[in-house]
Amino acid sequence: MNIVVPVKLVPDLVEELEIDESGAALDTTWMRLMVNEFDDHAVEQAILLKERGGGQVTILAPDAEDVDDVLFTAAAKGADRLIKITGPFEEQVNNHALARSLAAVVEELQPDLVLTGVQAHNDLDGPVGPLLAEYLGMPYVGYVSGVTASDGNVVAQKEYPGGLLAEMEVALPAVLGIQAAEEPPRYVAFSRVRQAMKSADISEQAVAELDLSGSPTVGRMFQPEAGERATMIEGDEDEVATRLVEIFKDAGVL
Amino acid sequence: MNQDIYVVVEHLRGQAADISYVMLAAARVLAQGTGGNVVAVLLGHDAQELADDLAADQVLYVDDPALAEFTSDAYEKALAGLVEENAPRAVLFGDTSIGADVAGGLSAQLELPLVSYCQSVRADDGALKFVSQICGGKIMTEGDLPDTTTLVTMIPGGFKPEEGQSAQRPEVTPVTAPALEDLRVTLKQYIEPEVGDVDISTEPILIAVGRGVQSEDDVEFAEELAEALGGAVCSSRPLVDQGWLPTARMVGKSGKRVKPKLYLAMGISGAPEHVEGIADSELIVAVNTDPDAPIFDLAQYGADIDLYDLIPALAEQIRQAKGS
Amino acid sequence: MAKTAVSQSASLNEAFYTSLFEVPDGEQVKKCLQCASCSGVCPFGYLMDFPPGRMIGALRADMFDNVMDTDTVWMCMSCHACAEVCPAQIPLTAGLMTRAKEELLLAGNIPTELQDALENSQRYGNPLGESPRKRAAWTKGLDGDVPILTKAKRPVDVLWFVGDYPSYHPRVQRVSQALAKVLNALGVDFGILGPEENSDGDSQRLAGERGLFEMMAEKNGRAFHKYEFNEIVTTDPHAYNALKNEYPALGISYPVRHYTQFLAERLDQLKPLLKQEVEARVTYHDPCYLGRTNDVYDEPRQLLKAIPGVELAEMSHQRENSLCCGGGGGGMWLDGFTWERAETRLSEWRVREAVAAGADILAVACPYEPPRFEDAAKMVQGAGRLVVKDIAELLADAMGD
Repeated sequence: MNIVVPVKLVPDLVEELEIDESGAALDTTWMRLMVNEFDDHAVEQAILLKERGGGQVTILAPDAEDVDDVLFTAAAKGADRLIKITGPFEEQVNNHALARSLAAVVEELQPDLVLTGVQAHNDLDGPVGPLLAEYLGMPYVGYVSGVTASDGNVVAQKEYPGGLLAEMEVALPAVLGIQAAEEPPRYVAFSRVRQAMKSADISEQAVAELDLSGSPTVGRMFQPEAGERATMIEGDEDEVATRLVEIFKDAGVL
Repeated sequence: MNQDIYVVVEHLRGQAADISYVMLAAARVLAQGTGGNVVAVLLGHDAQELADDLAADQVLYVDDPALAEFTSDAYEKALAGLVEENAPRAVLFGDTSIGADVAGGLSAQLELPLVSYCQSVRADDGALKFVSQICGGKIMTEGDLPDTTTLVTMIPGGFKPEEGQSAQRPEVTPVTAPALEDLRVTLKQYIEPEVGDVDISTEPILIAVGRGVQSEDDVEFAEELAEALGGAVCSSRPLVDQGWLPTARMVGKSGKRVKPKLYLAMGISGAPEHVEGIADSELIVAVNTDPDAPIFDLAQYGADIDLYDLIPALAEQIRQAKGS
Repeated sequence: MAKTAVSQSASLNEAFYTSLFEVPDGEQVKKCLQCASCSGVCPFGYLMDFPPGRMIGALRADMFDNVMDTDTVWMCMSCHACAEVCPAQIPLTAGLMTRAKEELLLAGNIPTELQDALENSQRYGNPLGESPRKRAAWTKGLDGDVPILTKAKRPVDVLWFVGDYPSYHPRVQRVSQALAKVLNALGVDFGILGPEENSDGDSQRLAGERGLFEMMAEKNGRAFHKYEFNEIVTTDPHAYNALKNEYPALGISYPVRHYTQFLAERLDQLKPLLKQEVEARVTYHDPCYLGRTNDVYDEPRQLLKAIPGVELAEMSHQRENSLCCGGGGGGMWLDGFTWERAETRLSEWRVREAVAAGADILAVACPYEPPRFEDAAKMVQGAGRLVVKDIAELLADAMGD
């Protein structure tokens, strides 16, 4: 099976986020990017499918700082082909523009299956998957936590609240939004990543212009109000425990 | 474009989801701004009674056997014509396994803007404002709904489901579905969740563990505390993905909604997907070594202390308190 | 089947065995007597499917595949106890066990907890997954100055390599703060790298991640290269080991000392500052990577003896026979894994010895130890009043306010 996995980098929430002078965008000066964790699951799911049934896995990513490392890591895990989409992605890109750019590249790859993360934490104009599916004219199923391939279609295990699962049969080619791979994303030794850096090629495909339509305009960004924050209990574990026991008693749970 | 606000009603196996009522409440706020109506769009088969308690001015009911259970393909086809022809001011979807599967496709197909992660809306001097929660709850984004039919996916938190319920049965208008043929997505079957040993959605005391827990064995550590306190252990998504806890113990967007008297969050950062499952808790106490964790914005009490230090001390003091 | 780093033309067994010769003194492995001293002295030898001696036996029998199928190699805390007692002087820790972990890791046979720490190391330059920008956050609000070299813009005498846990772990940050106070009191001209400092990588290396170690070492090397200083002093014996014994082979060569060595040399200057009595019976735990691995035994004891009021007592395992705290070689990130198999912690064993020695204070000199021993003291009967302190903290205490 020919599987294509578009991944994107998102701000790493380990770093404190700051809002820039315009008040309507994140300050990128100190921003650290990391691969969207759901995309990481999509990569894992693609490799699991390849290991089970053969095929080829192609990873696509829009250009960003350190994106090469993300691509090489995917290669070290077992991806066959790496494509970096270059273009004016440094500017304020949105998922509509990204999905349009991806669609042009994915179309040429003629995949059987496109797997991508079900969401990313900065998807203000919706996740990439459903947009991409529509631009490609493919069906889409999201919130997927398991994929079984058979002839001409896949059965996707879709998650609903409360642990209910639905088995959806999806005609190929299709796009699936991965919530969780069947196995947690694997670890690859850094030496293998280094090997991939030497042996794997990243091909580049340029996108001249981005069509940003479809996203709202952000008027202002702000951090959630701190006023209602929890009353913090200070002290060592015994002091905290003592205070908690009092609180539990007051709440009638003890 | 007319000034109505559409709400795509979410339901699964004969039950309307809470988010449907949340959206109706939000739609009311918007409709008051535009002077239009709140219109609920109900897709299904033999599902008309689901319209009964919707706080809407009108219900458009699309009945078709192909809509008996949710599939993205059939829903998208059924909605596309409706949205395009009627051109409402906004269409609200749940930011869920149902709504998020179709809103993006419609946005791309109909070339309509899409706003997601929307938590609240308001009408402000003619403008319709959205507030979306992004970056795991760390950033709020505010803006105007674009000046055209806009699709919105909503997360809970901004409105109470009760505000979207009504004792008065709304007017129901049947709408003929377009031909739902050549569907590329079909439901084969539902798989029921494993029957859990405890039903966390009814437990009065919950000890919740999250990413701050380092290994499977440490879940037992939390079990000890739960035992001392007389509650049950539940968790956020990552621990279930690791296989450390069964799916039945998962709280949040893809897990259960809980409403305990005490929700003790241990090593839980408070990502929005988790937080939406605990909003109805009476008392939330959070323990996390990161003093900036968003969970502290929701909890009434917090401590930025290592849970490995706290748990034994707390379990001991609880046992003493119970013993006395 | 498992993929391996070694050539596929040779058998894995053969290739692994010969790869052991590349380690200094590696060919000693041919002289293994199968005496099993290593397996006996290993604190978890009784739980391992293949403790060192047995692993060599398996290699000789062309049965290394069996080693690859087990996961108990991860019980090895790289404590050097086996290498210390080996009569054939085989580099068991540096060679055999570390190489075995490397193979397991390449084959994807790796506990999840360890995976998290390694991913964090790769992404953030520290195993705790903390923001690199906050690496110097522990210096905030201190009385004395802790210059960060990139801001100080001047040569210093000492580059203080702080280390991961002393930078980020709330308990161990107190050790860093104490050492800052001591260095300032002595008028030492020092600076730290702050956000430019990366994990020394030594425990990652001993947990089988040599590639990651090299990457982090290179980053540190580039940072060192930017500044002028006379020597490196470090809080962390693991960093000391890496800088002294491993970095030079990567072309990163600087004089380095553990802070206990650095301070012991200044005892004459230090002693008059230790005015406050610390009335206590103190026992000292030799960290594996300061003692057994690098033969630093006396300086920490000299410092403790210099503190007025301190009565130094020895535990039954001491100096080269010291017991491991369980944190080395990746053990710091495998607590759940080891607990599952051993249902005991090495740190508890050590704390019991401290209690048996009648100690009021268990003095340590490695950043892994304060949280590990304090945690253990909660579980060990009779250890309720045992205080765990780093030597730097005891010195700072003795200096008074």
